[in-house]
Amino acid sequence: MLPKPHNPDLSDNHGAEPASDRRDAGPRLTRRSFIKGAGAAAAVAGLIGVKPGPAASAVENPPPAGAAERIGPGAETFTLRINGAPRTLTVEPRVTLLGALRDHLGLTGAKLVCDRGACGACTVHLDGAPVTACMILASDARGHEITTIEGLGTPARMAPIQRAFVAEDALQCGFCTPGMTMAIAAALAANPAPTADEIKRAVAGNICRCGAYPHVIRAALAAAKSARGEG
Amino acid sequence: MKRFAIIAPADSSSAARMLAEPHRAALAGGVDLLDTLKQNLAAPDELVNLKALGGLDRIERAPGGGLRIGPLVKLSQLAAAPDVRARHAALADAANAAATPQIRNLATVAGNLAQRPRCWYFRNPDIVCLKKGGTKCYAVAGLNRYHAILGGGPSFIVHPSNLAPALVAYDATLTILAPDGERQLAIADFFTPPTIDPRRENILTPGRIITAIEVPAPLANAGAAWLEAREKQSFDWPLVSVVAIIALNHAGVVEYARVVMGAVAPIPWRAPAAEKILLGARLDRDLATRAAAAALAGAAPLAHNGYKVPIAKALVRRAILRAANLADEPA
Repeated sequence: MLPKPHNPDLSDNHGAEPASDRRDAGPRLTRRSFIKGAGAAAAVAGLIGVKPGPAASAVENPPPAGAAERIGPGAETFTLRINGAPRTLTVEPRVTLLGALRDHLGLTGAKLVCDRGACGACTVHLDGAPVTACMILASDARGHEITTIEGLGTPARMAPIQRAFVAEDALQCGFCTPGMTMAIAAALAANPAPTADEIKRAVAGNICRCGAYPHVIRAALAAAKSARGEG
Repeated sequence: MKRFAIIAPADSSSAARMLAEPHRAALAGGVDLLDTLKQNLAAPDELVNLKALGGLDRIERAPGGGLRIGPLVKLSQLAAAPDVRARHAALADAANAAATPQIRNLATVAGNLAQRPRCWYFRNPDIVCLKKGGTKCYAVAGLNRYHAILGGGPSFIVHPSNLAPALVAYDATLTILAPDGERQLAIADFFTPPTIDPRRENILTPGRIITAIEVPAPLANAGAAWLEAREKQSFDWPLVSVVAIIALNHAGVVEYARVVMGAVAPIPWRAPAAEKILLGARLDRDLATRAAAAALAGAAPLAHNGYKVPIAKALVRRAILRAANLADEPA
């Protein structure tokens, strides 16, 4: 798979680097776009020599009697609804939703940290409910509306919770931030006037090693207030 | 993680038939399954996706005022259901305290009951302990602060399910489907003590799946409480959990009592000695304290988990009093 075309809405270091510092006038290279490109190239290299999945596996292992469908173990092509649009991908059944988003669809906002559902850094919405994308198989996300941090807002058009995170300085290293914001966005959609305790319960599954929790809770309450038109 | 195929069964009896083959595993919410697959604790060739079966993700009222809970109901769905909150509050509280909000949106009721234990020797892929066909429970002489204080041996795991003690306390019945047909089972008979077979925690041998969980209506005058103690308050497995269901008559005398502890034993641990002390006696803090002492009378802690005994005693006392809506204050 080739790197995705550059999308200005999703660019790194948005606004952090003055244009005059750019060393050339060519396509802008950032650390993140370089790593994404290198990762995609490695993923393609890793596929060389792998038999195409569906046809081969279906011939070698026909579905058992009583099966309505059998996918894998080779890569299979299917479509997920992500951020309001259909996205087609070809992955083995063992690939998690997080793996599909990050390694196959270029959506690296959801972070891989613990890979066991214990840190919340990979939080996305499944039909509006927050889930850890590392603990659901990509094929199990078929038929559901998936929203990632990329679909919540962009640097130019931030969601209220994203604006509040900036205003309240609700992060230090920022690695937990996509998961935190997704957890809070879902909580605010379900309960527009939460208490601080309700926010704490909503982010109980999100770990911040920097300890920015008091700012996170302040940001969530501020976002709720501004969404209610009281901000 | 080893590669695997995923099969969508056409119907539940096909699913049971397919799962009778040991190279397959059941996929429901997938949370504990993915955890065990990522740790290489299980390596099935094929997963049978039970989510392909319709109608197993609903909570319905059963005749007689009870509940019929589908095995694929999510923990978040169970915790929020008005019918559960209204009459089986301890079950809703237990569901709401399990894992994290994100996991509760994925994990299912049957998966919570059937999840593998959290013992760090069991979860370590490099250690072949008793549960994995080895000869030794490494917790006995090893690091055992989270292990069993009751009912241990030869394995000293604690049962990891938050829902299990609540469902035992509410006298739930499970419907189990196997290739040779369907049968009903009292939930207390679902769990397998390590003396019977240390390699599994329940009767779900290959080919058996849970197709329904029925919870009868509690007595009209009964109250229930679910309490737990944890190290980490945001989310954690409990060090000890307790469910008490108590009904008092007009004179304050206990006419119905259920006390079940979680995270203290390899199976959810009912305390009949405590229930016996409570029944027929007028409930006050002193009686609840004596019942709690009886509940833990058989405790046999290991080197590092003796601290669980006083925690369990305090929680049993508090849960009994809270279920009866009495204050936990010295007279």
